Amino acid sequence: MSLFQYDFMLRALAGALIIGLAAPALGIYLVQRRLSLIGDGIGHVALTGVGVGLLVQQSPVLTAVIVSVVGAIGVELVRERGRTSGDLALALLFYGGIAGGVVLVGLSDSTSGNLVQYLFGSLITTTRGDLIVILVLGVAVLVAMLALRPALFAVCNDEEYAKVSGLPVRTLNLLLAVMTAVTVTIAMRTVGLLLVSALMVVPVAAAQQVTRGFRTTMAAAMLIGVVAAAAGVTVSGEVDTPPGATIVILAIAAFLAISVGSALWRTLRRHIPAAQHAEPPDVVIEAGAR
Amino acid sequence: MTAVSVRHGVVAYGGRSVLRDVSMQVESGQVVAILGANGSGKSTLVRTILGLVPLAGGEIDLFGTPQRRFRHWARIGYVPQRLGAGSGVPATVGEVVASGRLARRGIFRFPGAEDRAAVRAALEDVGLLDRVNDPVTTLSGGQQQRTLIARALAGRPDLLVLDEPTAGVDAASQEAFAGVLTRFAQRGGTILLVAHELGPLEPLIGKAVVVHDGRIAYEGKVPEPAGHHAGPGHDHLHPHAEPERPVICVAPTDRMPASQQ
Repeated sequence: MSLFQYDFMLRALAGALIIGLAAPALGIYLVQRRLSLIGDGIGHVALTGVGVGLLVQQSPVLTAVIVSVVGAIGVELVRERGRTSGDLALALLFYGGIAGGVVLVGLSDSTSGNLVQYLFGSLITTTRGDLIVILVLGVAVLVAMLALRPALFAVCNDEEYAKVSGLPVRTLNLLLAVMTAVTVTIAMRTVGLLLVSALMVVPVAAAQQVTRGFRTTMAAAMLIGVVAAAAGVTVSGEVDTPPGATIVILAIAAFLAISVGSALWRTLRRHIPAAQHAEPPDVVIEAGAR
Repeated sequence: MTAVSVRHGVVAYGGRSVLRDVSMQVESGQVVAILGANGSGKSTLVRTILGLVPLAGGEIDLFGTPQRRFRHWARIGYVPQRLGAGSGVPATVGEVVASGRLARRGIFRFPGAEDRAAVRAALEDVGLLDRVNDPVTTLSGGQQQRTLIARALAGRPDLLVLDEPTAGVDAASQEAFAGVLTRFAQRGGTILLVAHELGPLEPLIGKAVVVHDGRIAYEGKVPEPAGHHAGPGHDHLHPHAEPERPVICVAPTDRMPASQQ
């Protein structure tokens, strides 16, 4: 693997691997809540943060983290209030975010090439400093998502039940929102703001084609995410394609392969004589029951 | 000891009052059924007791502590009407039931042997231990309801609060419910349940509270079924010639004015 003789390729790989693990570990809760596109929306908001950073000549990653965390908390508060007006409020926030970003980047001295870097990712230009930020924040997201799995599962599965259990539902929801914003911003360098949501959602969608439980879905999604990230960086280095898009295409390929494979498997099983596969009956009528 | 005490409770949604001056009590060890028509406010009453709906006036005590300051939520096991719709990701029966342990364990500790034992015991109680590794979505409606009861039981609560547990559930599951609740009550547990019709649960009920139009219309022994709602297999022969007496309509109560619909 001569490619990985280069430092920048190693940094690219390390950044991609951590995102490949962290994004699906967080995304599974968003999918469970049917908020699959929220990452995309926060990505739009993060662009305003990038614009602020470029304008005031601070680290765009840092300002993007701050602005998208504020945006994510805003989205969560809107979601908590109710749904009807929430839909419109979210739309305003998202489009305001992307328009604000484009205007601010335009006002700054940077070229438009810079904007594309954030929209579609640019792993190869990841600096050592960027990598440290990605590693620290990525590990923080991973640890929070894994350590709080039972509580986050309970909140996303049945929020009212979680409330009656005395869980700090609001705190957990805000934590999830903040972690989503953090993941979006650190993944911005890898896959870009417009593709960030894909790494949160696609591995989960692929995994749940064949899994039966939440824990196995989470493990499988993280595996698919990390493999797609590693393969994506390698392929993009070999054939010179943009790494972010390559990673996402590989993840979608995994989704398609698993979907088709599991459908074929089910069809095959149906055609095998069913005797040994006889499923237990749904309801066992016991003596005495009417 | 009093498990639940509501005094002059008032609840309003957007200026429209749903409960007006409601007072009721559930003593420890009692089995209380809240009955009423759709839209009478009976579900709102239990949801208010659980803190899911804010109180606009009056007071609620849980185990002698004002609800606002109540922290021992592990003592209460809540069984909602149905499995939350918000599940895009598969979850096994065991995983859903395991969330019932969180109130006791807290969110920072990992499940231990005691948690696993409680989950197994709860699943055994509702007769679903063999389905522990199956996705909940593959279960029938009645089995999903039993999963939710198991989730509440796994926390080893003192008070079970059930919101229409038998609505739209097959007969076999209704019998299973009655068995589970009877055993829970025999262990000294307190039960507060909302019901549209009692069915096989009826012998268990110690006190009935009938909610009508946001007020308590009746409190006492389970009222005799009125009109053509008497038990299963009854003969409905008389043509309602006699003058209407003020009887309490238990099941189904749809004939009550559904003004709160």
